[in-house]
Amino acid sequence: MEVYRVLIAKPGLDGHDRGAKFIARALRDAGFEVIYTGIRRTPNEIAASAVQEDVAAVGLSSMSGAHARLFPAVLASLRQAGAADIPVLGGGIIPAEDITLLQEAGICSVFTPGTPAQAIIKAFKDACQQQHQHRN
Amino acid sequence: MSKKDPSLQGWQDNELARTLARFPERKDKFTCHGGRTVERLALPEEVDQEYLDKLGFPGRYPYTRGVQPTMYRGRFWTMRQYAGFSTAAASNERYRYLLEQGQTGLSVAFDLPTQIGYDSDDPMSLGEVGKVGVAIDTLADMETLFDQIPLDKISTSMTINSPAMVLLAMYIVVAEKQGVSADQIQGTIQNDILKEYVARGTYIFPPQPSLRLITNIFQWCSTNAPKFNTISISGYHIREAGSTAAQEVAFTLANGLTYVQTALDAGLALDDFTPRLAFFFNASSNLLEEVAKFRAARRLWAKLMKERFQAKKPATMMLRFHTQTAGNTLTAQQVDNNIIRVTLQALAAVLGGTQSLHTNSRDEALSLPTEASVRTALRTQQVIAHESGVADTVDPLAGSWYVEQLTDAVEQEAMQLIERVDEFGGVVACIENGFIAGQIEDAAYQYQQEIESGERVIVGVNEFQVDEDVEVPVMRIDPAVEDEQVHQLKQVKAERDQEAGQQCLSDLETAARSESANLMEPVLNAVRCYCSLGEICNVLRGVFGEYRGRAW
Repeated sequence: MEVYRVLIAKPGLDGHDRGAKFIARALRDAGFEVIYTGIRRTPNEIAASAVQEDVAAVGLSSMSGAHARLFPAVLASLRQAGAADIPVLGGGIIPAEDITLLQEAGICSVFTPGTPAQAIIKAFKDACQQQHQHRN
Repeated sequence: MSKKDPSLQGWQDNELARTLARFPERKDKFTCHGGRTVERLALPEEVDQEYLDKLGFPGRYPYTRGVQPTMYRGRFWTMRQYAGFSTAAASNERYRYLLEQGQTGLSVAFDLPTQIGYDSDDPMSLGEVGKVGVAIDTLADMETLFDQIPLDKISTSMTINSPAMVLLAMYIVVAEKQGVSADQIQGTIQNDILKEYVARGTYIFPPQPSLRLITNIFQWCSTNAPKFNTISISGYHIREAGSTAAQEVAFTLANGLTYVQTALDAGLALDDFTPRLAFFFNASSNLLEEVAKFRAARRLWAKLMKERFQAKKPATMMLRFHTQTAGNTLTAQQVDNNIIRVTLQALAAVLGGTQSLHTNSRDEALSLPTEASVRTALRTQQVIAHESGVADTVDPLAGSWYVEQLTDAVEQEAMQLIERVDEFGGVVACIENGFIAGQIEDAAYQYQQEIESGERVIVGVNEFQVDEDVEVPVMRIDPAVEDEQVHQLKQVKAERDQEAGQQCLSDLETAARSESANLMEPVLNAVRCYCSLGEICNVLRGVFGEYRGRAW
């Protein structure tokens, strides 16, 4: 399999990164190359890292309820940085009714608590593959 | 030796007699249905030296059996639900509701911008205003937050760390305006920066100036607000980040030792500030291990204070703690199951001798809790207190071979970890070299892998699943709150005395640059002039610099 490089990022001020770190490590164990931003990054910082590191996908995590504003803000920053083709996935404490909203805004997959890691890894694989085909 | 041992008589004549004289028990007689008497303190047939060394009597060194001689026969733990969201007015309404429902203390949750020292109109605050707690920008918000709540009667816990001094100053000024002097206020500020670097993430400044702010608070409060707990040394978030029970005890007590040493180095006297140190632990799902953990933490802290700092006074050696049930164990699936999880965890806290307790609500894996869920969570504590009978006798699990063995094991494991932290050069060195964060991450990864593989069963998540189509009502914060808060802040800033405010900020800067100055008075002055939290923290950022965390 091709080694995909992905960015796991924590937008906003939320410091709860147990989930983000677990996913980062599980993706690495599944053969991905993973960059984790650390906590408290702005949408612009996340987009800049994604471009600089030339990642195939970005995963966002938020537990504070700020996802509705921050996830779309990351998409906007990526567009501004000319990287609208990088797929963005997201997870955290996200009420059911927000999932559709986030998907409509352009987040390709949204994960809530209890999702098995395998399902998340598969979603990253699919997103990376599509992005790869799109680029070639 | 036997039950007639002179040490038992000594405890009865001294600690117990004094306590009973000052605080009579809840009932004249505690009985089971039918009239059988419930003993205050069950003891082994033989009270021998090993018993005295390891367990002793409640309210006496090494405090394994509790910090008060009569524990909950005297008074139940404080039922203190952590709450706060949206605006100060909305949170004030929730506090008054909780007090009407029989809650006995307040616990304020601040939003993330407040916790990290940003005003609501700061670009960094985008999307976070009023989300995980209440937004506080200036004294005006704090006045609204405690409107009609008498600060001489209610104790208030505030989860605030890096900018704790500013929020404490606001609280003191609100009390002043109610006619309540600082020496009457009761409550706790979390003020525990060290765990923020390894687990919770709301740091602003680097460790050294942060420790100075904490020591300044210890010093100021020991003279001016002696009834206020100046720190709540917290294992809760270390555990939430994925640590084991023993790691939770070890890293929390290691942080505690660091605060004590820093204050002593600054010239404070041990007995002046240590009686106001409080602790905060997690109650997770392994019932007996958690009970053992609380008992072990109490015993180990008492020993450490005695051996390392030659503490002599009981108040200096006593580990008093708040407990919250484990948020990370709540599931988004079959949310009612969370009520049962919380009940078991709360029971562990009570069997472990907690001084106050927050029980999580069933819907917290989905959003902030609804009012109905919060009521059930509070009722859980009330059922344990009034119906279960566990509060009628002190330390009921003492003497169980398993619980005592587990208490010894947690204590030993924690002590070994504290020694490793010492070998690395202390907590600050272990924040910088990643030792503590690494230990927590490894434990978290292993735990989650056990869930993924099915080796660890989480009911409703990886076993006993059902198709759920029931909509759970969730609490939502209106996005308009952010705009409303920004508008209010602009108004306060426009109406205040600008010159006086600028002078206060410049005085604060001068004081911050002098390492020997205590910053509490300059911060109180700035708060009185309605300088905002962000303005005050920006002055300190300018002097102290900002800490940027490690990624992993």
